[in-house]
Parts: sequence; C-alpha cells; structure tokens
Amino acid sequence: MKTLGRILMAAAGLLTLSLFIYPMWRIDLSAPQYPDPLGMYIHIDGLEGVEEHDLQNIDILNHYVGMKPLPKPGDMWEFQVFPIVVGAMGALALLFALLGNRRLYLLWFILMVVLGALGIYDFYLWLYDYGTNLDPHAIIQLTDEQGNPLHYVPPLLGYKQLLNFEVWSYPAIGGVLLAVGIMLSFLAYIIAGRKK
Amino acid sequence: MRNMTMKWKFAWALLPLAGMLFVSSCQKPAGKKKSSEGALNTSSVAERVYVKPGEWDEYYAFLSGGFSGQLAVHGLPSGRLFKIIPVFSVDAEKAYGFNEETKPMLMTSHGFIPWGDLHHPDISQTNGELDGRWVFVNENNTPRIARIDLRYFETAEIIEIPNSAGNHASAFVTENTEYVVANTRFAVPVPQRDIPINELKGNFKGVTTFVKVDPETGRMNIAFQLLMPGFNYDLSHPGRGKSHGWMFFSSYNTEEAHSLLEVNASQNDKDFIAAINWKKIEEYVKNGGGKKMKVKAAHNIFDEKTQSARTEWITEVTMVDPREVEGAIYFLPTPKSPHGCDVDPSGEYIVGSGKLAAQLTVHSFSKMLKAIEEKKFAGEAYGVPILDYNATLAGVVENPGLGPLHTEFDGKGYAYTTFFISSEVVKWKLGTWEVVDRHPVYYSVGHLMIPGGNSRKPYGKYLVAMNKITKDRYLPTGPELCQSAQLFDISGEKMQLLLDFPTLGEPHYAAGIKADKVLDRMAKIYPLEESGHPHVTKAEKETKIVRKGNEVHIYMTMIRSHFAPDNIEGIKVGDKVYFHVTNLEQDFDVPHGISMIGANTSELLIMPGQTETFVWEPKAPGVYPFYCTDFCSALHQEMQGYVRVSPKGANVPLKITLDDKPIGQVIEE
Ligand SMILES: [Cu+2]
Repeated sequence: MKTLGRILMAAAGLLTLSLFIYPMWRIDLSAPQYPDPLGMYIHIDGLEGVEEHDLQNIDILNHYVGMKPLPKPGDMWEFQVFPIVVGAMGALALLFALLGNRRLYLLWFILMVVLGALGIYDFYLWLYDYGTNLDPHAIIQLTDEQGNPLHYVPPLLGYKQLLNFEVWSYPAIGGVLLAVGIMLSFLAYIIAGRKK
Repeated sequence: MRNMTMKWKFAWALLPLAGMLFVSSCQKPAGKKKSSEGALNTSSVAERVYVKPGEWDEYYAFLSGGFSGQLAVHGLPSGRLFKIIPVFSVDAEKAYGFNEETKPMLMTSHGFIPWGDLHHPDISQTNGELDGRWVFVNENNTPRIARIDLRYFETAEIIEIPNSAGNHASAFVTENTEYVVANTRFAVPVPQRDIPINELKGNFKGVTTFVKVDPETGRMNIAFQLLMPGFNYDLSHPGRGKSHGWMFFSSYNTEEAHSLLEVNASQNDKDFIAAINWKKIEEYVKNGGGKKMKVKAAHNIFDEKTQSARTEWITEVTMVDPREVEGAIYFLPTPKSPHGCDVDPSGEYIVGSGKLAAQLTVHSFSKMLKAIEEKKFAGEAYGVPILDYNATLAGVVENPGLGPLHTEFDGKGYAYTTFFISSEVVKWKLGTWEVVDRHPVYYSVGHLMIPGGNSRKPYGKYLVAMNKITKDRYLPTGPELCQSAQLFDISGEKMQLLLDFPTLGEPHYAAGIKADKVLDRMAKIYPLEESGHPHVTKAEKETKIVRKGNEVHIYMTMIRSHFAPDNIEGIKVGDKVYFHVTNLEQDFDVPHGISMIGANTSELLIMPGQTETFVWEPKAPGVYPFYCTDFCSALHQEMQGYVRVSPKGANVPLKITLDDKPIGQVIEE
C-alpha cells in the first residue's frame, strides 16, 4: 500500500499546483438588468472577469455606493505571496511522495489545513474591508432601519442579496481540486499506514 | 399530461379575451364595417402570434421602408418592430448623416443627398441558402445599392450605380452571393447628353449592372455593365440550382414610350423577361472583353476599424454589349408588362406576372435551354434573339385574379402570388398550375415574403403580405395613414390570416431568416482596445483639448454617469468646436448620448466602445450646458456639463476639468 500512498500524495501535490491554471473561487452578481450575471474568478495571482469586461462593469456599479475598485495584482500582497506558498507546498508534496514517509504526509496535511484556514480568514478580511470601507462621498449612501450605514460585504460562501443584486460566492474548479488534494494527502497517510 | 393541462389553462385564459373581442366588434362605430375575419377562432390565432414577454421571435424580417429610405427590423410571428436601420436617409436619432463619421455614407456623384427610396432587401446566400451575413438593399431614385452588416445591424457600404436611373430591378443576390444586381427602370441616354425627349426610342439605353461581392468582407465592386435596349427593367431574380449562372429580369415599356406611359407602354401584347447568362459575360470580361467607360460614382465604405465612413470615387466601368457574347442574352416573351420575375426553389420555373394579363405565365428553364439549342426564335429585338413563346412555356395559371405582381414559394411545391387589383394572395400548385386557395388582403398588396423565399430552401411556415393601402384597418391618423403588413400561416392546406401590423414607410419587398442564423455572429459591443478611430480617447486621463487657430477639438469620454472633462473654458465666439466623444463602457446595452444647446446638428447616440463627432459653432458669449440624451443609469440626469464661451479675441486660456481638477492635456498649436 506504500506505492498507493505515494501516488495519492503526488496527486495531492499536482492538484495543489493546478491552482496555477484554475481559479480558486468565483463570485457571481445578477440583477434584473443583468440577465447574464456579472462574475469574477479569484486566482492565486489576481482577479479575472468571467466575461471579458466583467471587472470594469462591476467597478462601475460599485462606484455608486463608494466601494473601491477591484484590486489589480499589484494592489494586494496576497497576489505576490500566494503563488510562492502554493508553489512551495505543491513541490513539498511531491518531495514527500518521493520520500514516501507517511508522517510527512500528515505534516503536509496539517500545514495545508492551517494555511487554508488562514487563507479563508484573509479572504474574509478583504471581503469585509471591500464591503465596509466605503468612500465618504459615495453617490448613494443608504442606512439600515437603525440608521447605521449599509454595508456591502459579499458572502464568503453562499448567497446574499446586496441592494438590487443577488450575489453568489462559491469555490471554483481550482478550489475544489485543492480541497480534493488536501483530502488525498490524509488518505495517503491512512493508506500508507496499512499493511497490505 | 402536463402539456395538456397547460393548453387547457391557456384556452380558459383566452376565453374572456375572445368574449371581449366579440363585444367590442358589436360596438364598432357606425360606418365601420367589419371585415370578413370574425371573432371565430380568435383565441387559437392569437396564440400563434403571441410571443410571451421576455421570449424571442422565431424569425427576423427585414422590411423595406420604401420612401423612408430605411430598413425596418421586425420579429415574426409577433410583428414587433425592433429597429429602424438608417440606410439612404439621414436619421437624427442615430446621428446617421449628421455626425462626421457617417456623413460620407450619403455622398453621391450629385453631392450629399439626405434621402433615398429603399425597395428590395435580399439576404446573402451560400450554396443557395440564406447565410445571415448581410442584407443588400437598393435605392430607386439615385441608383445605389447598400450592404447592411448583420453583426452590427448597421449600414456598412453604399455603392452608386452609374449609367442608371431608377434602380428598381435590384438588389437581388446570386446563390453564392457572387453578384448583387442592379437594373434601370428608366431608359436614359448613355452617357448622359442633351437630346430631345421624343427621340428616346432607339437612342436611350437600359444599363444592367453586376456588382461583385467579396466573399470574405462583403465589399462590393462593379464588375461589369451591360448596354441593353432602352426598355424599363422592373424586377429580377437569380437562377438557382440548375439555372445558377443565369439572371432573369422583367421589362415593360418595350414600346419605348416617353410620355403617358400608362397608355403608351401598355400597347404590346407581350413584353420580355431578359435571361442573361452572367457566367458567359464574366468569362468574356475576364478575357479582356468589353469597353472601358469613364464614369463618376460614389463608393462609400464604413470602415469597421476607424468607425468612420469614407468615399472612394469610381471613375471607370467595363461596358459590355451583351450581343457580342455568344449565347449570353435572350428575351422570353411574357404577356402584358410583367412586373414580378420569380424563380422557384428548384430553379426550373420562372414566373412572370404580367400586371395587365388575365393569367400568370410560367417559363421552364430546361425548355428554354432546349429552345436555344434548337434555335426556336420568334425574331429579335435590337439584335437580341427572342425565343418562341410556346417553346419556353411551362404552363399558365388561368384566371388567377386581377393585377398579378409577385410570387414566392413554400418549398413544398406551391407558389403564392399577390394580386394588387383584386387585393388577394392566391396559392397555386407548380406543375399542375391549378389554384388551390385564395385569401383577401387589406388592401392592395404589393410584394409578399416567405422567409427564405428567394432561396433553394424556403422555410414555408409564414407568409407576409405587404399592403399599399390600409383605409379602415387601424385607428386613423388624419389624411396620412400607415401602410401595413399581414402575416399568414401557410403551414396547412389553407392560408390563415394571423396578424396585421403597421410598417415603416411603404414596405416594398422584405427578406426573412431564422433568428439563430443571425444571432451566432452578433456583436454586443465595440471592443474599445480594437478601436482605430482617429479621434478615440481610450481612458479619462487621455482626454485633451487642442486648438488649431479657430478650430478646437475636444476629446471627451463618457462613462456612467459623467463626461470627462465636464467643464470646458477658453472657447471663443467664431470657433469651430469638434466634440470627439468616446463611450468608454464595455457593457452590453449601455449607450450614452450627447447634445449641446444651439448646435445645428443632431444628438450623438454612442454605443459602448464607439467614438462619434459633432461640430458646434457658438454664436454668442455665455455658459452653455450639454447633457447625456440616453437614460443610461440612476444618475443619468446628473450626466451633464458646461462650456464657457468668451468673446472673440478674449484671452481666457483653454482649460478642461473634472470635479474642478485638471484632466487630460491642453494643446495650443
Ligand atoms: Cu449617459
């Protein structure tokens, strides 16, 4: 079963590296006037519109409520650091597979869970800032029933209504592959431990 | 089961409607007589033309706007009007012929002409089937052909036809869009010269034009012209299938009368359908045949890259005397001033509708070839062989109605002919020539159109009759009433009238196509990065103002919901101010407009990624506002700005700002 463990661990590494091709996350916005929803992919190194001009069109809409323009790759340290971390972890997984040590599989699994949790927390912080840190001169300034300024924090996962927009947030193909990869590393740890 | 339930629901929902119609028809004001179509079956008919809110029609129909000069885009079966494409007339709504970009589209050898008379749309074909790339249309008054690009639904090109007058037998395309044809309705001296009118006979000519279409770009060029006898050439259709390579033109006034034509051009028992073998002439010209002739004609091209039109001048054409080309031209005698000249989907039958005849004449293409081979001639006209009438005749439809005009085909062996005087559409069978159905139209129908009718594969589901007179069919609008189209279901044995809808101007011919053939290629925006407009501004920071003497160019942008710049100073009385305005949006269906108080021109209506230009010559000092004319966003009403105009000779410096901050560049040359 040792060979199978190695294969699974190597697969975990390759799936992690797939993030260089596929986006991690996707956010869609639809409204009555947008029968074809606007949408963006979040890659490890930047944002990409689902359709060619979606990022510009999201910015145009968001400027009315004073949200900052969507970050370009140079605007956030994450887009510099994430590729390094993902590349390193992918390489590490492949190295561990080569070494064939199941404890290293577990170590990799734990590291990925911790890094993943940090990543999601960081993503939440950004979403919160993006939705609350609004231009004081915004064109449209709305308040809730208690008189507090309305915020536009997109959901971390799932659905939320923001003004006239319905917003969906969910893992994209790269995110799914990464999750599978992390699970495979744990499976590799279990399987490599079995005798026959 | 579920479908059944749905149908039942529908029937119940429509019952009250049917009841209302019945009641209202009983309450018609006195003097309004109810036409034959009663309340019977109203609900089932309504269902067949009802396109649910938010759903799409099955077909595009392009209806000529006649004397409006424009082309109307309707949906079938609903009849709803989607767009009026400006072609030969200026359109202030869309700035067509007003902005600097499109003014050259209306240039002719006579100068700028703001109006035209658009008659016959025809959709481009590949292998005898509609391909949905372009619509070609003719202009009757100042002979021209235009090409509309169906990626944008905009006029892409207009070519003027020299040596012609009254370009009526046009703009029909051959089955691979090799050529689009033009033929003159009025005989004229060629070249034009000063000559007594009563010397028309024998001296005037009718010139037939073959315009070559580039298979990739659609770009048109006059390939050759044929110097024909001075008859009046009326309509045309291409051969297809076995008769591909031939073009058929009907003619009247073979008497060559020059006055009181209603009498003097109706004397001959038979006029002609001219059969022209264009492949032979093409070959002849390729081998150096024909004479070069000096002409002057405008060729106006809207360049997709620069988003601007330019005029190129045609200075020479190849003129061919078709009699010098062996086997290239024959006349088919056809009774009484034939109007329509229609070829069935197989290419075998050529239907001639003698306007004044009591019958429809159908020629056979294969019999025609045989008659040519066996030299069955009945004489000649100006050296053109006239084929023996009986030798080419396939059959006649006896006593079909009064005043036959045009015929279309359903691809199932039937033909449908319009009758202007008896005001009806008549269905008859190819081969047996028997009339199988007839249906009145309201009133005085001209052309009819079956989507795909002028091709090898008509769709055969709907028929649109286009009527010249409406009288009491709609709420009246003073002395000038709308003209009208009527939609028939022709899928069954009997034609069934489904719908009346009013049309733009006078609908002559129309062309229809399944929507999905067009939708695949359609553009949603003009990509900004690809714009090669000489005055494009691709970002707000690239805006500028440039003074060259008293000419000032303002490079401005628009995006929801502001102009940049929106405050402009340093303009002086006597300046000629060019506003080059770019819509920076790259989102579907977000146009912006701009208009300036006192500008002696139209608004601009600018699609995403487009740049357009208008000129303003301020006449007095002051501060003048401009604003967005298209309700673009929640803050549309705020989309506005000011221009300060100082007296002549004032030394107020040029200044452009947005939110009181300088923007872009100021250049004084
Ligand atoms: Cu606007």
